[in-house]
Amino acid sequence: MTEYIGETSRTGSSEESGTYDEWIPSFCHRFGHEYFCQVPTEFIEDDFNMTGLAQEVPHYRKALDLVLDLEAMSDEEAQDSEEPVSRSIIEHAAEQLYGLVHARYILTKPGLQAMAEKFDHKEFGICPRYYCASMQMLPCGLTDTLGKTTVRLYCPSCGDLYLPQSSRHLCLEGAFWGTSFPGVFLKHFKELEDYVDRKTKDTYQLKVFGFKISDEAPSGSRMRWLRQYPKTEEELSEFEKCEFAIPQVQ
Amino acid sequence: MADIDMVEDRSNTANGSDSSEYVEFWIDLFLGRKGHEYFCDVDTDYIVDRFNLINLQKSVNKFTQVIQYIVDELDDTALEQLSSGRMQQLEHDACKLYGMIHARYVITIKGLQKMLQKYKEADFGRCPRVYCNFQPLLPVGLHDAPGMDCVKLYCPCCEDLYVPKSTRHSAIDGAYFGTSFAGMFLQAFPEMIPKHPVQRYVPKIFGFDLHKQAQVARWQELQRLKLEKRLKAKGVEGGFKQSNT
Repeated sequence: MTEYIGETSRTGSSEESGTYDEWIPSFCHRFGHEYFCQVPTEFIEDDFNMTGLAQEVPHYRKALDLVLDLEAMSDEEAQDSEEPVSRSIIEHAAEQLYGLVHARYILTKPGLQAMAEKFDHKEFGICPRYYCASMQMLPCGLTDTLGKTTVRLYCPSCGDLYLPQSSRHLCLEGAFWGTSFPGVFLKHFKELEDYVDRKTKDTYQLKVFGFKISDEAPSGSRMRWLRQYPKTEEELSEFEKCEFAIPQVQ
Repeated sequence: MADIDMVEDRSNTANGSDSSEYVEFWIDLFLGRKGHEYFCDVDTDYIVDRFNLINLQKSVNKFTQVIQYIVDELDDTALEQLSSGRMQQLEHDACKLYGMIHARYVITIKGLQKMLQKYKEADFGRCPRVYCNFQPLLPVGLHDAPGMDCVKLYCPCCEDLYVPKSTRHSAIDGAYFGTSFAGMFLQAFPEMIPKHPVQRYVPKIFGFDLHKQAQVARWQELQRLKLEKRLKAKGVEGGFKQSNT
């Protein structure tokens, strides 16, 4: 693997002059790709990090070359290959490959750091819920396989999932962030959990002319539990019992 | 308020329309403006009925003139005599007064009907929460007095409050819809109340739930089960959408 890279990079540098666009930065700076952070090439070059990806992404080799800018774009190269594949297919495969590596990279320490910077700059958007008071959100997938669901946003404050506000983020693949990212992020940056705990736990109560609507009415409150946190002594002891399973309702 | 530049827009169009004989109604112009999608059309009959305007007299200067301006009863010669500053003030007051009347109108039977139509077309946007499944929202104010806070959106599905997506909507005064509208609406049209989803998200690492968040989720689910039991004992429909999780 390493020999292969060494070889092609030499040919690559001899053909191309210094002014060419690197694939990874240009991908991350593309409109609508604000949620991606830049994965260092060393991470991708390490074969261990790429375990299993060859089976998931078609044209793996070519896609990898494209991501790492090792691809020799001359015509002879195209003739050399057994079956020439159109560039757009390779480009698509490269995007998938990068996305899947990205999902792995953001669980590492430097990856978390890079994502934390984006989080601080509110690049993933803020929670639309009024009482979360513009809490920053984290991107997250619902599955780790490609082509299942698009990206969702997790709000650490209310613990709920939201759709991205902008339509340009609505079509991003969820697996490019993975299901574990928000969890790892929360566990890595402990201070975030403390910050969230200190936030107000206000909830909204529907009222008509200042009067609460009875719980027994069809429009009465049914979802208060979703934003409820144990406060009183009794509730806290009940909370203790919920450590491993939901106790029987008396 | 963000209305200032709109006011200028409006005065330009007013000057333009003076030359042609085609006259548009003020209310239609107001409703057609960008960012005013949340407002419904208030009947002129409702606006001119003094009973409906009780306690609004103090909210603007030259109340009668503003009312006449809203319902297009101010004649052109009187309008031409006004200074441009007064014209702007008049436009501003008209927007405010229309909003205040709107808040009263939307809780009447006719107003609720009009808002129902808008709700069905999701004119107020849809809930951003994943498990609410694009539930249409309802506008609500947190105060009935103008100038306190901007409009918020209520989701009848998760019963929570959201900030409008677009800044031109989030700048609208909440008092123009009032605090009672959403409650009144759901009382009037109980068939519009969606089933409440019980499905929820717990962050996971490699498939394992985070302990703390999962414990809170379990406790919250317990509260829900208790509520469901309480309601059942009283013979009330819980309205939860059971999912096979």
